[in-house]
Amino acid sequence: MELIKTLPDVFEEFSEQRRNSFMSAFEMKEKNIPFVGTFCTYTPTEIIMASGAVPVGLCSFSDETIPDAEQDLPRNLCPLVKSSYGFAKTQKCPYFYFSDLIVGETTCDGKKKMYEMLAEFKDVHVMELPNRQSVEGRKLWKQEVIALKEKLEEKFGVEITEEKVREQVKLSNRNRLALRHFYELMKLDPPPMAGLNLYGVLYGSSFKFNREKAIQEVNALTERIKKEYDEGSRPIPKRPRIMVTGCPIGGNAMKVVKAIEENGGNVVCYENCGGAKSVDELINEEAEDIYQAIADRYLNIGCSVMTPDSNRLKLMGRLLEEYKIDAVVEVVLQACHTYNVESYTIKRFVTEHNLPYMCIETDYSSSDIGQLNTRCAAFIEML
Amino acid sequence: MLTLGIDSGSTTTKAVLFDGEKIVKTMLVPTSATPKQSINYLYDQLHNEDVVYTVATGYGRELLERADKKVTEITCHAQGAAFLDPNVRAIVDIGGQDSKAILLDNNLNVIDFLMNDKCAAGTGRFIEVMMRILDEDLQHIDEFVVGKTPANITSMCTVFAETEIVSLLADGVDKGDIALGIINSICRRTSFFARKLNLYGSIFFSGGLANFEIFRKTLEKHVGLPVVTSPMSQYAGAIGAAVIGWRKAQKTR
Ligand code: SF4
Ligand code: SF4
Repeated sequence: MELIKTLPDVFEEFSEQRRNSFMSAFEMKEKNIPFVGTFCTYTPTEIIMASGAVPVGLCSFSDETIPDAEQDLPRNLCPLVKSSYGFAKTQKCPYFYFSDLIVGETTCDGKKKMYEMLAEFKDVHVMELPNRQSVEGRKLWKQEVIALKEKLEEKFGVEITEEKVREQVKLSNRNRLALRHFYELMKLDPPPMAGLNLYGVLYGSSFKFNREKAIQEVNALTERIKKEYDEGSRPIPKRPRIMVTGCPIGGNAMKVVKAIEENGGNVVCYENCGGAKSVDELINEEAEDIYQAIADRYLNIGCSVMTPDSNRLKLMGRLLEEYKIDAVVEVVLQACHTYNVESYTIKRFVTEHNLPYMCIETDYSSSDIGQLNTRCAAFIEML
Repeated sequence: MLTLGIDSGSTTTKAVLFDGEKIVKTMLVPTSATPKQSINYLYDQLHNEDVVYTVATGYGRELLERADKKVTEITCHAQGAAFLDPNVRAIVDIGGQDSKAILLDNNLNVIDFLMNDKCAAGTGRFIEVMMRILDEDLQHIDEFVVGKTPANITSMCTVFAETEIVSLLADGVDKGDIALGIINSICRRTSFFARKLNLYGSIFFSGGLANFEIFRKTLEKHVGLPVVTSPMSQYAGAIGAAVIGWRKAQKTR
């Protein structure tokens, strides 16, 4: 596959993909293809795809609907939860509207309780996510994966055969590899693209509902960037290499990435959801018990809702080296207790690697942009 | 040869001229509602043919287009404080709108910092508002609290503290005791905040309040480390800017 457009146009297209796919979602619904809304990286999307439905991420990153959400929810709650609930309640998110089923997990308290409230507007299936990556945890999570399968079978009147599941596992693995090869381009120094564009592609590609085509497009983009770089194109100057970690970001929360890049840094690696955390590990396709393999792969995700969250440190440690990181910026969304508390451990971990660390607590408003700029500029001056 | 450092803060704009060894001239004007005018005014007043490099810092640093370089107040404050007292390893600055704490290593490089810009309590604004309620002049605070026992002020928020003070006044509590209570409250809060960094060595206290001995003394009590200040502390940001400008100028020669 060849890309005919220029790179900036391709980046632009990816970053607008969420909106651009509204129409294709509508057309798919017309053809009776069901949609399943998800809110978290722990959701085993292969099972959803094996049922013939399309999984779609519903997390919201805009403060537009927060006032509506605050009529029902307390103010001091994470903006991701408030915003997502607000979009659901006001029906402003077409993907929520199109979703025949919502799949949630017992992750943080905010989301967990929000699912109870969402159940008033939609069919919600909550998977019980263990708090630990223990033997018992793996057992429970496998049961939950199977329970999800059964729920989908009943809901959509289909049979999810093992063959279909294995097929989707292979497809998803190829998708993960495509995304990984793409973000691994950032190991180059100077990086071949801005961190903002990197994120735009990762996020946008999840809204390309034709997986096969999405994989091809991402691969083509990777090839294209590599080729231009080999030919001497250096769109980004050599600057301190920053890793972003912490809560999921996107939309308005990308203001942090903008502030870093406008004040002298290059974001070359996202450890958080949307980046390596959600893509890094593959599912063992050859496993005899494919459901256990799926369960294991997902349960291994290093998110702060786990205790202890040692897998996050493992992934981070590896990425710090692979990407030759100069400094780490953690983004904590206001009132996200798990990431906020864990930032202590992360700071210590990063400091032990002799790297500077900064934690930014923020929300989806634009009120702190001035301070963000000063903070990021001062942090980068320090490097 | 001289360098010019200008610090555009939220309440005052400060500028200094530096000859590589000492500060040869300082100037301060209120920032008021026109930060752009203030910073350009100081530039016009102080810039002359001997000035080879100008660094702007502070909130309004982007407003001086003629500056050779813009550097954040964090870096400038740190360099300014280290210039005024090479023994400092941390800086605590209580500004008009925010407060910050900066940690230096033994080579006087910034290694960590914190900023509190979310709420007015713990900033200079807090004390201004409180003094207005007490109807007292901040300039005489040192004499005003001599021999007083601090009233207990517990509110963590400017608005609530205001109510608390009004009711203390209504109860007939001595104004000096209340003032000392306010100083205690702001210093306690500042030290909680600063101690999130691994403070060591002596601490340089800057910002408008550093001019008053009572604030220095109270802060020292709360932090538990020597707190030093300098009559020039208000100019720390501008001095740091001029010092950084000097290094830049040396490099480009
Ligand atoms: S940060 Fe944790 S809870 Fe949130 S989406 Fe990612 S894995 Fe799920
Ligand atoms: S950012 Fe934190 S509080 Fe918000 S949904 Fe994710 S884990 Fe929960």
